[in-house]
Amino acid sequence: MTAPYLVELKNITKRFPGVVANDGVDFNVRKGEIHVLLGENGSGKSTLMSVLAGLYRPDKGEIVVDGTRRVFRSPRDAIKAGIGMIHQHFKLIDSLTVAENVILGDDSTPPVLRLQDIQRKLEELSKKYGLHINPSSMVWQLSLGEKQRVEIVKMLYRGSRVLVLDEPTAVLTPQETHELFHILREMAKAGRGIVLITHKMQEVMEIADRVTVLRRGKVVATLTREQINRRELAWLMVGRDVVIQYKKKGSPGNKKVLEVDNVHCLSDLGRPCLKGVSFTVHSGEIFGIAGVAGNGQRELAEVITGLRPVTGGKIMIDGIDTTGLSPRQIIDRRVAYVPDDRLGTGLVPGLSAVDNFMLKSYRQSVLRRGPLLNKRAAYQNSRELVKQFEIQISSLDAPVKLMSGGNLQRLLLAREITSEPLLLVAVYPIRGLDIKATQSVHNILLQQRDKGVAILLISEDLDELFKLSDRIGVIYDGRITGIMPAEMTDVEEVGLLMMGSAGTGEMAT
Amino acid sequence: MMTVFSGYVIEKRLVPSSTSFVIVPLVSIILALLVGAVFLVLSGHNFWEVYKVMFAGAFGSIYGITETIVKAIPLTITGLGVALAFRMQLWNIGGEGQLYMGAFAATWVALNFSDAEEWWVLPLMITLGMLAGGLWALVPAIPRAIWGVNEIITTLMLNYVAIFWVDYLVYGPWKDPNGYNFPLTAPFSPAAILPVLGHSRIHAGLFFGLFIALLFYIIIYHTRWGYEIRVCGESPDAARYAGININKNILLVMFVSGAVCGLAGMAEVSGIAHRLQHGLSTGYGYTAIIIAWLSRLHPFVIIVVAFLFGALQVGGYIVQTSGIPSSMVAMLQGLLLFFVLGGELLTNYRIARKTPAYSSGDDAS
Repeated sequence: MTAPYLVELKNITKRFPGVVANDGVDFNVRKGEIHVLLGENGSGKSTLMSVLAGLYRPDKGEIVVDGTRRVFRSPRDAIKAGIGMIHQHFKLIDSLTVAENVILGDDSTPPVLRLQDIQRKLEELSKKYGLHINPSSMVWQLSLGEKQRVEIVKMLYRGSRVLVLDEPTAVLTPQETHELFHILREMAKAGRGIVLITHKMQEVMEIADRVTVLRRGKVVATLTREQINRRELAWLMVGRDVVIQYKKKGSPGNKKVLEVDNVHCLSDLGRPCLKGVSFTVHSGEIFGIAGVAGNGQRELAEVITGLRPVTGGKIMIDGIDTTGLSPRQIIDRRVAYVPDDRLGTGLVPGLSAVDNFMLKSYRQSVLRRGPLLNKRAAYQNSRELVKQFEIQISSLDAPVKLMSGGNLQRLLLAREITSEPLLLVAVYPIRGLDIKATQSVHNILLQQRDKGVAILLISEDLDELFKLSDRIGVIYDGRITGIMPAEMTDVEEVGLLMMGSAGTGEMAT
Repeated sequence: MMTVFSGYVIEKRLVPSSTSFVIVPLVSIILALLVGAVFLVLSGHNFWEVYKVMFAGAFGSIYGITETIVKAIPLTITGLGVALAFRMQLWNIGGEGQLYMGAFAATWVALNFSDAEEWWVLPLMITLGMLAGGLWALVPAIPRAIWGVNEIITTLMLNYVAIFWVDYLVYGPWKDPNGYNFPLTAPFSPAAILPVLGHSRIHAGLFFGLFIALLFYIIIYHTRWGYEIRVCGESPDAARYAGININKNILLVMFVSGAVCGLAGMAEVSGIAHRLQHGLSTGYGYTAIIIAWLSRLHPFVIIVVAFLFGALQVGGYIVQTSGIPSSMVAMLQGLLLFFVLGGELLTNYRIARKTPAYSSGDDAS
């Protein structure tokens, strides 16, 4: 590969109070390549790309674009130099059209708008790269995947030759991810350079021409496609061997803890969502639900935990009919729930760790002293949990919204587990977590399974499902399209069922 | 982050600065007085004299201090009332109307049992006053709980209904026949009047305020119900998730909030006016909203802030008697609010030098 460099970052150092985010980092992008930037949370990926995009100014080092040294004083300078950044959180205005969003803040826009011309140009770009964007649709009507494509077309419109995408797949369904990767390939073929920030191994394997691994602000390796190997990448990233496969201990019990029988419910918009879901989870079993996001997973969890009304069918927990019971009655049946929205549903952002620990136990007699709360017991309990689950926390009284994702998830799991549940419902429990945090979450789930808890694990990460589950059920369009023991199936079969192509998986209960 | 001047940004503080809790309000007050001084000088007054008279009026004599406390009583009680609802992010703007309804119900008792020189008259006035305020707050709470109807508008609108209802009574059926046609009811009998402290106008309502503040504190921070209120206020989704009945709490909290404001109305008719009259409240229910916010909804701080606002009102009345137009006083009050609320920004945000890309080359070390 001898294509010329589009952009080079040389010896970049960027310090923040108390931390060196980038320490002498070299990074470059060639014409026509997809260069993946890999690293754990806090390894300095985002800082480096912010330097490239003109958001930060490096303390040391230089940026070379097409062989000439450049100084970016603002993102505008970077855009002029042909570098476009697509952030994880989209910078779009809902009430404007796609075309209006694209020209927003663009200096080359004439004072009198000729939207027709702009729309035509956008349509051309959209067609060329297969973006499927209608320039005149309103942004609020678009899905997350479409919004991301609007961000891409915005940067293309401004003539970006280097596109930086910060964890673009975090908000996408596997289908949309697939489409995105296709688009990125097309753009690379057309001679642009793509930088992809990620911490997902799968994506590196799938798309990278080259990969640069960052650890603690330093480049530990830059590898070409031929040199890439899963195990080595994982080792480079965390600096130690990662156990990929979990050992399964014992076999699940026979006691049926959760029985879902032909359950129906409506979506937030009042349309049929679950259309007759049936399955059973036994004690000491992890039952994984695989599926593309938006096929009824969240609703399934909410129906079981009493947060969403059931419109048909029956749910039994520990042999008792719980259909139509209130969330509180179901909590009292010893059902723990780790929702996908950790901060805001599972935890109260503005309250302290102590207050969050007692979110479900504050009614219990241990925390009661007459009509008052027993604060001393609450603090005692919190201190023990923080220690036991290795939660890093500055103060028990600080609002939990200041904590990192991994610590929040441990806090949430710690609380749910101490209720000694019969059933644990976990939705996307590792979303957004780095490798270390993922491992600790997985260990907690496995420990619970070994203790005999029935676990319903809803995930879109197939690696996770295969690693943890005893059985895997696939959900598609509000129906379970197949249930299989994990060792009797493979990613391909599950993947096919997730896409709705049923037939291979026999219904087995 | 937003830029102000090149090289400076306003950043949100992760944790509000603790020293700024004290310093910022003080500096804000000084700035407000300075700007007010400019206007006073421009209109030909000696600003130093005016401020001295105001301060002396509110704090310089026993009479001034007692009058300040008299004003602080309804401000404290209504401030606590609305703060309870704000804790649950229920925007009860209807404190004024709930105060009037409380005054109305208390007056009904006083007028109907004017011959009864019995001990139970005052407790009955308190009970019915609180009940009336609470029920008045339930009127907007019910549609809010069931259909999610915005309570800001409904509580605000019901203020006018309550005020005009009282006006109708004092101009009409309840007008004192011996009142020379003034819009007020007959004076209450002694059994319907709250006891006062010595020869001042400070009445037992002071203890209502202190007691409710203490109760408020215990409920919010030390009871299960208070915990539920805090969870609902911070995150309704989390409350649902934890099995908390949000609708029940909306009704309960609004009722209690209104009942406390109703108690303020009862205390005003029974402790100060000794009758129901047109213009009973000088907007206590509205000032209460500002007091509640400046106090960050903390019950004990509400008492202090209400006292300061009482002083401002009394000082204002005093300077009016020495020839300063009342509009000037209103302007001073406005300036104080403006600067104190503006200063709030600095406790939650800070102005920081140096932002990565926007800064000029020389400050990058």
